[in-house]
Amino acid sequence: MAELSDELEVAVWQGDRAGGAMRIYSVPQRPSQTVLDVVTWIQRNVEPGLSYRFACRVGMCGSCAMMVNGQPRWACRTHIKAALAGNHLELRPLRNLPVIKDLACDMSEFFHKWQQAEGRFYPTADRHEPVAKISPASPRRAAANKGIECINCAACYAACDVVAWNPGYLGPAALNRAWTLLNDVRDGAQKRRQRAVLQNNGCQNCHSMQGCASFCPVALNPTAAIAGLKRTALRAIRQGQV
Amino acid sequence: MLGPRLFVAQRVSAAVMAPLVLGHLLVMIYAVQGGLDSAEILARTRGSLFWGTYYELFVTAVAIHAAIGVRVIAYEWFKVKNRWLEVVTVMIGCVLFLSGTYAVYAVVA
Ligand code: SF4
Ligand code: SF4
Ligand code: FES
Repeated sequence: MAELSDELEVAVWQGDRAGGAMRIYSVPQRPSQTVLDVVTWIQRNVEPGLSYRFACRVGMCGSCAMMVNGQPRWACRTHIKAALAGNHLELRPLRNLPVIKDLACDMSEFFHKWQQAEGRFYPTADRHEPVAKISPASPRRAAANKGIECINCAACYAACDVVAWNPGYLGPAALNRAWTLLNDVRDGAQKRRQRAVLQNNGCQNCHSMQGCASFCPVALNPTAAIAGLKRTALRAIRQGQV
Repeated sequence: MLGPRLFVAQRVSAAVMAPLVLGHLLVMIYAVQGGLDSAEILARTRGSLFWGTYYELFVTAVAIHAAIGVRVIAYEWFKVKNRWLEVVTVMIGCVLFLSGTYAVYAVVA
């Protein structure tokens, strides 16, 4: 099976908060090879100390995102053929997040912002009450469904220039999550969430440039979610709810 | 960085400007038909309460809208923060408002 053809030239950033450098490896090219396969090959064969994250390997867990030739991608489901420049691959830790070591970033700030945006569910019923009946066709449920499959990979966050310019900005993933919850009729903290998404670093800071939507590996559209947040925010302000 | 108030101000000023820009362009196209000179413009605007109000409203909306836009650029690109950011916003708004008002005054009065 392993048909050894060309060698790939793979540059991998290695270092920590204090600084780092690119190191270059020669990696055998294989059929159907993913970026994660390449990183794993380097770690198993040449650089046992190389740090990177993965868990599911099938695009579910969202832990493997990194910059691949300058673009944020999920490593496990990115075929090198789709990412190669010639036979060159350049791997770096995700943009807009502090690095811990090599390709592993500190995601605390990213997840903290989900909380700041009230990206959590506040139930209004307990387990003894009947299950809420919500038509999948209702407009609010349909809006929520469009954004619900987020795998928390932070590719959008790495792609967002506003995050790069204003590190306090809540960012596409947290706001997308807030939008799905704002459309959840079972949730009991909508006023609070409305205020949260309108904080100084909130949804109104988005420039609608769609970097997030272009790079979301599961094809969500945080830009559209944020546009929805802006619309509802203006309505809430007009009606004196915020 | 944009708080909710400035967000609303930016949206409202944009909504005010949209029809004014359109009116401005249409009148311009109409007015240049048979050539254009300052006497012709002044004949239309001198002492006109309508055009005075029209353009003063325009100037006000522009001053608000542009000041907020430049504020965002100052913050994101040039890292202007806190007090200085407020100063930049207000200064740009004032300069635009005053120079615009001066121009309106010049053609209406
Ligand atoms: S659309 Fe908004 S959230 Fe998405 S990348 Fe652009 S500025 Fe960031
Ligand atoms: S919105 Fe898309 S890119 Fe952003 S964290 Fe979720 S899955 Fe990843
Ligand atoms: S390893 Fe789980 S998404 Fe890539």
